[in-house]
Amino acid sequence: MKNQFRTDRLESKPKPRSSSTLLNPCSSSPPPPPPFCRRRRSALFTLPAAARLRAVDLANMLQSKSFVKKTKQGRVVKVVREHYLRDDIPCGAASCSSCDTAARRLGVDAAAILVVDTNVVLHQIDLLENPAIEDVVVLSVVLDEVKNKNLSVYNRIKTLCTNTARRFFVFTNEHHRDTYVKEMVGESPNDRNDRAIRVAARWYQSHLGESAKVMLITNDRDNKRKATEEGLNAETVESYVRSLAQPGLLDLVVVPSSGDVTMEDVEDLRPSKRKVIYSEHKPMSEITSGLRCGIFHQGKLRVNRYNPFEAYVGSESIGDEIIIRGRSNMNRAFDGDIVAVELLPQDQWNESKSFIADDDEDDNEEDVHLVPNSADDAPRNTNSTQSTVESSAASVSSRPVGRIVGIIKRNWNSYCGSLEPMPMPAGSGGVAHALFVSKDRRIPKIRIQTRQLGNLLNKRIVVAVDSWDVLSRYPSGHYVRTIGDIGDKETETEVVLIENDINTRPFSTQVLACLPPLPWSLSPDDLANPNRQDLRHVRVFSVDPPGCRDIDDALHCTPLPNGNFEVGVHIADVTNFVLPGTPLDEEASQRATSVYLVGQRIDMLPKPLTEDVCSLRADVERLAFSVIWEMTPDADIISSRYTKSVIKSCAAMSYVEAQARMDDSRLVDPLTVDLRNLNSLAKIMRNRRCERGALTLASAEVKFEIDSETHDPLDIGIYQIREANQMIEEFMLAANVSVAEKILKHYPLCSLLRRHPSPTKEMLEPLLRTASSVGLNLDVSSSKALADSLDNAKRDDPYFNKLIRILATRCMTQAVYFCSGDLSLSEYYHYGLASALYTHFTSPIRRYADVVVHRLLAAALDIAKLPPVFQDGPQLTGIADNLNYRHRNAQMASRASVELHTLIYFRTRPVDTEARIVKIKANGFIVFVPKFGIEGPIYLTAKGDKGADWVVDEVHQKVTKPGANISYAVLQSVMIHMEVVEPQPHRPKLQLTLL
Amino acid sequence: MEYVNPLTGFRVDGRRPNEMRQLKGEVGVVSRADGSALFEMGNTRVIAAVYGPREVQNRSQQVNSKEALVRCEYRMAEFSTGDRRRKPKGDRRSTEISLVIRQTMEASILTHLMPHSQIDIFVQVLQADGGTRSACINAATLALADAGIPMRDIVTSCSAGYLCSSPLLDLNYIEDSAGGPDVTVGILAKMDKVTLLQMDAKLPMDTFETVMELAIEGCKAIATYIREILLENTKQLEYRRG
Repeated sequence: MKNQFRTDRLESKPKPRSSSTLLNPCSSSPPPPPPFCRRRRSALFTLPAAARLRAVDLANMLQSKSFVKKTKQGRVVKVVREHYLRDDIPCGAASCSSCDTAARRLGVDAAAILVVDTNVVLHQIDLLENPAIEDVVVLSVVLDEVKNKNLSVYNRIKTLCTNTARRFFVFTNEHHRDTYVKEMVGESPNDRNDRAIRVAARWYQSHLGESAKVMLITNDRDNKRKATEEGLNAETVESYVRSLAQPGLLDLVVVPSSGDVTMEDVEDLRPSKRKVIYSEHKPMSEITSGLRCGIFHQGKLRVNRYNPFEAYVGSESIGDEIIIRGRSNMNRAFDGDIVAVELLPQDQWNESKSFIADDDEDDNEEDVHLVPNSADDAPRNTNSTQSTVESSAASVSSRPVGRIVGIIKRNWNSYCGSLEPMPMPAGSGGVAHALFVSKDRRIPKIRIQTRQLGNLLNKRIVVAVDSWDVLSRYPSGHYVRTIGDIGDKETETEVVLIENDINTRPFSTQVLACLPPLPWSLSPDDLANPNRQDLRHVRVFSVDPPGCRDIDDALHCTPLPNGNFEVGVHIADVTNFVLPGTPLDEEASQRATSVYLVGQRIDMLPKPLTEDVCSLRADVERLAFSVIWEMTPDADIISSRYTKSVIKSCAAMSYVEAQARMDDSRLVDPLTVDLRNLNSLAKIMRNRRCERGALTLASAEVKFEIDSETHDPLDIGIYQIREANQMIEEFMLAANVSVAEKILKHYPLCSLLRRHPSPTKEMLEPLLRTASSVGLNLDVSSSKALADSLDNAKRDDPYFNKLIRILATRCMTQAVYFCSGDLSLSEYYHYGLASALYTHFTSPIRRYADVVVHRLLAAALDIAKLPPVFQDGPQLTGIADNLNYRHRNAQMASRASVELHTLIYFRTRPVDTEARIVKIKANGFIVFVPKFGIEGPIYLTAKGDKGADWVVDEVHQKVTKPGANISYAVLQSVMIHMEVVEPQPHRPKLQLTLL
Repeated sequence: MEYVNPLTGFRVDGRRPNEMRQLKGEVGVVSRADGSALFEMGNTRVIAAVYGPREVQNRSQQVNSKEALVRCEYRMAEFSTGDRRRKPKGDRRSTEISLVIRQTMEASILTHLMPHSQIDIFVQVLQADGGTRSACINAATLALADAGIPMRDIVTSCSAGYLCSSPLLDLNYIEDSAGGPDVTVGILAKMDKVTLLQMDAKLPMDTFETVMELAIEGCKAIATYIREILLENTKQLEYRRG
């Protein structure tokens, strides 16, 4: 079809002409139209790759969709949109000869081609993800509906459809000439969509003819009946899965709720529980109007990590957090749901205990934890929120208390955990009901059905939530997959990774295709590049933790003839290999950071880049991005410059080696001298920084010695920080600050920086209370004041200062990445470092933020063009948000991994040790074990006893037993016994007892 | 929002990225005018009427008496958009578009052949759905040809944008209001010369070139179509003459 119009011969009347053009008065009767006459001229121009114009007459292939819409201002407008229908949409079947072969996705020998309806995708996505289900046609009408209803399911089905290993095909039925259906009068949108699905299924059947069997999968009874009447093969999900004869698959099928087809009526094993437990959620219309007139408040529900019966809703409308107490007030909401809350009458705001007492089956013991490093983990608020059930005596004053009346947006996910131990039901092999307990304590137990109970009891499994009705105490869900045996190190590590949403999948082939040809070596082109300086003659070296393979920073320090020093910080030139917009870049941007677990590393970039091509190893030529300063011996920066470079590191030392060299006074080789020079500069810089008010915080980082064969921990100890660590840190900080200034100067609106907000008064409250109880006065008015008073907090007790610093660290907020255009200059401040500007530049191998900053710096130096991402503000903010999310998850994962290994370590080694009391509770206290960095509860009373014999003194942070003359005060040292116990089989936990 | 479906490659209205909306043109729709035309690009529908060459009405406006004075007035009908807002005559946007259309058409009209005269072009948007600027230029070209005004070449215009990292031809209203770049190009089709190039956004140079290439392809396609309408119109006239 080249420049050809189809002639529409049906229209025979010529177009009316204006009188002035009618020059021939003789023709009284209308003449027959010339053959080229078309009344309707219409064309849709296609410009295919060959740029040949193709014109199709689409006289009856244009539909217009019109609907009314309410604008933000509340006006109602009619919207009319064009809707083109086409005849060039392929069907995707391999057996089809008439369609475009390039689009083939469905199998040749497919037993049946499945057409699924919207609810099947929405509810049975776990089943669809199972490789047993193939040859699925996903219609565009289904995709659109799924997208509107549940974005996370939409993203999952999208991944399925793009995965070339799976045979899923997207058919654009809405734009196909033969499958488009127009809404009929009186037909609801739902019915219209169901009809569209049936029409598409029928089209497939007639299009493919005998060569394939088309089957409509639907759980909707009405839809199935209509389909069968129309002569289609229709099946429910369950009956289809049954026909596959794979019993394990059936567990993945979500049991249909009442409105749908049930193949067998599920007998209710809990007749006594058939009573209404929760109040009905209010309908959406009522919620919206309630929100508008201020009766209800909207917010995100956050469940207390330490007490799952207490939750908070941060509400903008009343500017405070609303407390929700007890499961019935939480009314089936999950952590992270967007909910509508109604405030309770003020006289009920104080009762806190009664609600918790309702739920009898959950033990409220606190788990033993490693120290959280920041306030971010602990609930934000003061005493009342920190208190657990045991200490609920804490005064709850004027904080609003409410109950949830409706859920605006669900945050249902899949969760890792295990089944509650239960006896095998009599008729084994049949369907069993079991309760699933999530590892995340904030999630309630979930009821599931399984046919493989015996297999699952001692396994870690993943379960997804499907529904929660008013009759049921627990939500119901379905089994997704098994991870492995409980207590097994690999399994538990995987659980940690899944819980923190960390991608451990191997890099895809598209990503690996972006790598440079290996083995990589320096090419003459790199040397010829005028923007790249040859620094191979400079004595560059690196200092890292022992065994470090991903070396992303190196230093040099050359004395200049004028007495000054030339100091260079060389950072691996990752952006030379990770080009913007490539699949490699996309993947790195998604992963955002490498994750370090005990004895394991999950890389952000593929291994060849991480360990070889980018890593600044010793004695090989590597590409770098360098910051070079001229410094006086007083560590004043005279000039700074930035350049891409080629370096050849002469030594890759560990911190211990570097420290040993510096300390060994017999050594006077150039390398050692360089180290000493750097160290003396670093000390000056460090002092200057502390004078400005930088905080020296402390955390109890632990280090494991791992058995090289079994990978079990052999020894555990506190990570020691040496002068060499501080030296490297100092220069990295300086480089980051320098780069932050440079990029902000060039790109004030789109730089990626890092800020650390000042802690609020409320956050520092626990610290101040503890300090004042031991007679210490801390000044928290500024970071400088806090730093000074922390320095002055000295007692004869050598550990006292460190302990106070650890407590202070926990009150801090988390530092975050942000886009400079989103905030004003005063908000850029980094509290902890007391620096006006800060960013991350020095670890591009393991952090994506640094990759972004490298690109900004390169563009600022006119070495490279600024990638288009930086012109898109919202996208840049999205990147920063993802960086923060991934960064936090990575931290949590490494902490959880350490916790896991601690448990494994103590399993065979019960130990008596010294501990410090850090928090006083009604029936006990929380202790911190400095030697292992562990924190956990110690009970003074037996479980169930509400601690009547002990009296808590809030002001002095003391718990005393009247008459017995025993008392425990905060920061006091106690001797404890640590042991791993198994109160229930396969559920080991670390128990601390007082000696 | 996904303006190009990542799974199927179709745009929201079912077009592929390099496809134009349905075109429709009709000559001689206002009998009083010397030349007139109706032009549709999808749901965007504009009408153009041309008066002239005629005697200069206001001599003070004439800059050079050796050349014809071209005047243009662009208006959007109050009913052309969904919300019925009163649009005052001579608002900034209309003035700007009037100027753009005038300059684009002036580049093609052989003004030196018509001294001491003026040509008035009136364009009115009946229905707006993105790309009104381009549709107006195309309508004006048809109307000028209908009025028999000598021109160097047919001027046609088309827009192209860049959304979801792919260049899109002929943006409709939804795509236009996405906030991405919108490149409007006007060309003299046979002479291969650009007479109009507008964009109010930032776009990297290399992407800009591909987007502009696409818009030019679109202009050429429109030119082919306009030429056909004119040819057919001429044949009609010839036929009527006998």
